[in-house]
Amino acid sequence: MPYHTTSTLLTWITFVPAIGVGVIGLLLGLKPLLKLKQGTLDRLSRLLALICSGASMVMCIALWSGFDSTNTGIQFVHHAVWIQAFNIEYFLGVDGLSITMIMLTGLICFVAVVASMPWGLPKENKEHFSRRSVPGYMAMILLLEMGMLGVFCALDFFLFYVFWEIMLLPMYFLIGIWGGPRREYAAIKFFLYTLAGSMLMLLGMIALYFASNPTTLIDGSPCAHTFNLIKLATENDFGTAGMLLGVAFPKIVWIGLFIAFAIKIPMFPFHTWLPDAHVEAPTPVSVILAGVLLKMGIYGILRICLPILPEATVWARYGIAIFGVINIVYAAFVCMAQKDLKKLIAYSSVSHMGFCLLGLAAFTSQGISGCVYQMWNHGIISPALFLITGVIYDRAHHREIEGFGGLAKQMPEYSAIVGLAFMASLGLPGLNGFISEALCLVGAFPVFTLLTVVSVLGVVITAAYYLWTIQRMFLGPLNQKYANLADLNWRERFTLYPLAAIMIILGVYPMPILHLMNQTLDELVAPLAAAVGL
Amino acid sequence: MGENTFPLWLIPFLPLVGAFINGAFGYRLQRRFGEPVISAIGVSLPWISFILAAIGFVKLQGLPEGQAVISQLWTWVEVGEFKVDMAFAMDPLSAMMALAVTFVGSLIHIYSIGYMHKDDGYWRFFCYMNLFMFAMLTLVLADNLLLMFVGWEGVGLCSYLLIGFWYKDLNNAKAGMKAFVVNRIGDFGFLIGFFILFWSLGGEWSEAGYRTTGAFSLHFGSLPAMIDSMATKTLWGVPAPTLVGIFFFIGAAGKSAQIPLYIWLPDAMAGPTPVSALIHAATMVTAGVYMVARMNFLYVLTPTAMTVVALVGAVTALFAATIGCFQYDIKKVLAYSTVSQLGFMFIGVGVGAYWAGTYHLLTHAFFKACLFLCAGSVILAMHHEQDMRKMGGLGKPMPLTRWTYWIACVAIAGFPVASGFFSKDEILWQAFNTDALLIPGWIPWLLGFVAAGLTSFYMWRSYFMTFTGKTPEVHGHEPEEQRPAVTGVLVILAIGAILASFLGLPHLWMHIPSAIQQFLSPVFGAAANLKTAGYGHGTEWLLMIASVGVATLGLGIAWWLYRGRTSTIPERVLKTFPRIHKVVYNKYYVDEAYQATAIRGFLGLSRLSAWFDFKIVDGMVNGAGTITRAFAWIDGAIDTYIVDGIVNLVAQTVKAIGARLRRTQTGRLPTYLAGLVIGVIVLIVLTRFLSDVYG
Repeated sequence: MPYHTTSTLLTWITFVPAIGVGVIGLLLGLKPLLKLKQGTLDRLSRLLALICSGASMVMCIALWSGFDSTNTGIQFVHHAVWIQAFNIEYFLGVDGLSITMIMLTGLICFVAVVASMPWGLPKENKEHFSRRSVPGYMAMILLLEMGMLGVFCALDFFLFYVFWEIMLLPMYFLIGIWGGPRREYAAIKFFLYTLAGSMLMLLGMIALYFASNPTTLIDGSPCAHTFNLIKLATENDFGTAGMLLGVAFPKIVWIGLFIAFAIKIPMFPFHTWLPDAHVEAPTPVSVILAGVLLKMGIYGILRICLPILPEATVWARYGIAIFGVINIVYAAFVCMAQKDLKKLIAYSSVSHMGFCLLGLAAFTSQGISGCVYQMWNHGIISPALFLITGVIYDRAHHREIEGFGGLAKQMPEYSAIVGLAFMASLGLPGLNGFISEALCLVGAFPVFTLLTVVSVLGVVITAAYYLWTIQRMFLGPLNQKYANLADLNWRERFTLYPLAAIMIILGVYPMPILHLMNQTLDELVAPLAAAVGL
Repeated sequence: MGENTFPLWLIPFLPLVGAFINGAFGYRLQRRFGEPVISAIGVSLPWISFILAAIGFVKLQGLPEGQAVISQLWTWVEVGEFKVDMAFAMDPLSAMMALAVTFVGSLIHIYSIGYMHKDDGYWRFFCYMNLFMFAMLTLVLADNLLLMFVGWEGVGLCSYLLIGFWYKDLNNAKAGMKAFVVNRIGDFGFLIGFFILFWSLGGEWSEAGYRTTGAFSLHFGSLPAMIDSMATKTLWGVPAPTLVGIFFFIGAAGKSAQIPLYIWLPDAMAGPTPVSALIHAATMVTAGVYMVARMNFLYVLTPTAMTVVALVGAVTALFAATIGCFQYDIKKVLAYSTVSQLGFMFIGVGVGAYWAGTYHLLTHAFFKACLFLCAGSVILAMHHEQDMRKMGGLGKPMPLTRWTYWIACVAIAGFPVASGFFSKDEILWQAFNTDALLIPGWIPWLLGFVAAGLTSFYMWRSYFMTFTGKTPEVHGHEPEEQRPAVTGVLVILAIGAILASFLGLPHLWMHIPSAIQQFLSPVFGAAANLKTAGYGHGTEWLLMIASVGVATLGLGIAWWLYRGRTSTIPERVLKTFPRIHKVVYNKYYVDEAYQATAIRGFLGLSRLSAWFDFKIVDGMVNGAGTITRAFAWIDGAIDTYIVDGIVNLVAQTVKAIGARLRRTQTGRLPTYLAGLVIGVIVLIVLTRFLSDVYG
């Protein structure tokens, strides 16, 4: 069934941030002509970033309200031929898998933009990232948002790849220019690591393209091969394809693509770029990195590996599950030994993404829904955690856990929010993180009984490192150095409270999100479940 | 299955409202209006919950036997076969629990008005206490296992918050953390048990993997009817019910402080005394017992798990009692006594005498709360001194505290005039008479019997040490009796400790099953078919007399050694056996052993992981970078020194061009953006051109 254009909403959602980039560029170019002052320009670009990311978020809500969760097909399709010569199409669409991710991106990017405002900062703090080269910073954030939204909307592999690469550059600059002391090392590491992944994805994409059957483009013209992800999945059976480099074709392509995605998850042993990137990145960039960028990996696996190469995915399921468990337990242990709060939270992200891998490898409906819901919840909780880190860093100018103590007395509101976010992250029942972790574990249990038992150990370790952190930072006698730290200001409240509210609401009533995805994911996983006899 | 007209959900929800109001606005309310506003909110809402629970109880009485009052709210989680409702249910067991929790809990809230007077964190205290009531009531009223787990972890959280209530002392904070982490180890067991239970209900594991065969459910209402399908299934070669039973018991052992996870409870006494009374004696710590009783239909399927429960309970009862005999901190004595009494409850639910176990839970809630609150009253009078060696003679200035403590001692020690005797003796008799375990019933009976004697000894020891002898002076004046908010609660609880007897007067005396047994029988129907050894009334009488005898013996020894605090025998005995005393006084060094093995191993492993991550995994990444750069350098060297002559000219040219191109690397974003735009334009033109040529 060809998908014809039904709506241009996704194009708007994706490219509204790009309009912002364009206008900021224009203002920069016209700066001498219009005799704009640097301060005016800064304020204008901040305003533009707020408007564009806000507009994108509002449109995401419109998308949500118009989305039909009983329809497992693609909705809000925008489909046209892009580059006829290479059979590349401009194909945007949303289904139960991507809708949550698009909404998450819209929300988190807006939160990140708000967190990039200098509101409430002391005047003398001129070197703060929110006061350095503001137009460039805002342009980069918006460009990044566009790339991320594009990845989640794109249903043409080439388009997917283009957006994927677009994300890379702004991230590199955001870390490399506005980052901390070791920003260059971290930025280069991030860049090269993810670029290596992109190369593998490029190769995998080309291999799939040339192995695909002849079909037609959306305008009806015939084509020998296709990048269309839907057609790659439905009209091709790569399981019967021959050998490549001495290995069965689907397996080697799957491995290439999987490593490309695993780097982004990030999966052990490809995870070491993440702590460095997080530690050096400014707060809002960490928010986006943890909230959205880390979801690319799992999303790619679900969007590309699972439907297009089901045989290879079935073949690799034990491997995925084992790496998932390593992520959960190993990273939790590493967390325990961290001294830098931000590094600890970065490693906790690694640990929490392990649940996604474990859940998706089981091919049960609980596992796969748990996986995507875990992505969503992690996308809510970890931005809150990084914002929290930013709050203390802005005030104390360091993040050494041992360097604090007794802050609960001095900053009660902050302490309460930290407590809530930590509890959500350690999976306290009644908050959202619990539901998704429990679903991942419930879903994985019948298939990987012993591996699941080991991962539940991660739950204990997680409690230990979070509580230990609370104890060292907030309890005990107040460290007199910090006897005059101010509690949360309005900007911080504005970013943290909505996230906190979502943690609570989606803990007691998660169905609005689960409803969106359940049916699509069931359909996605059904052939794989059948293949393993579930 | 039941009636859906009564808003049961209000019972846990109201305290949550209280917690929210005091949590969000309490700080300002307290500063503006003072403590009465805080306590008015914090105390009234639990009382309303109590009234609602009582109404629910009446509604339940009106229903046909076997039905429950149900309050269905919304579908909480639904994915595939996994469907869980946000729903509350009240059957006789949860009705009993809800009434006990709201009644004793509300009383302790009143007591706290007096106890927490003039504390900076008054509002925070009531916020946490109300939050605890919410969690505990969710736990007992939950209609399914997953919602029960919300309460289960929620009480753990509140316990953490309240143990560390005076967090400025780091030791309190550490005790709180210890409690939470040990509870989490228990939760590990609970979760695994939960997974096995869920998946083995509607399917089974075989050589070929997992197959679905039937229906799934997590609702307590439908589980008993479905559980039999589980009996024949196995996982890892072990029968599924046994696995589930044992894993659930790990959870119960964490929450209810049984060996080997009891270590957090004595430290938990760092919290304010009303917290110790409410959470660490009357309610939260009994959650494990409640859960095992709730899952009785599962445990009757598996003699192995029943044996584990009964035996661990019996060993814990005795073990904790021995430690209790040598403690000097009055709260520590009561803490080990709680561990020991929880062991008794587990003997009860372990041998299949579910009603006796839960009855002991109920009586214990009264007398132990009373003991703790008396201890709190004493501690206040002594200006936060908890060492019994520095007390004595407090009976004269504090008559109400003294006599309520006395009544509670009578109850816990097991004299047949107060409730503790009836529940404990029923447990011991049922243990002796059971034939459902893998071991003979006299083993748990004997352990429990000795523990009962020790209980009587250490409780009377604490009584004599605290209330008899010479009255000390504290800060220059005599200790005084507490305010009526404190003593009034003591009196009510002491009366409750006596009156609760009437619920469980033994079959042997009355020739009809006791009221509580009849009331709970619809929930514990599965236990009716358990095998007994069939001893007669004569044996039962004999055991009962022996129980009273051992309690009297304990009292006698305590009287002899500690009454009036004049005897020097205790000190001489301790001097004769210093080593044994040291070992027991230091709680057999179990904490130290855990510290040396589990915690050190854990921290070592975490440091090792971090080292591995930094040096090996990341080292390889950086190593790859270094190697690449090395190759590049060699490459460059070959270029420079070998092909130098030939390429020299080219190199010079490249250098010159490079120097010019460098100017584009301005480091300014506008330039880069412009480059990006130009690049895109070039690309578009190029593709246009290419498609014209080839297309």
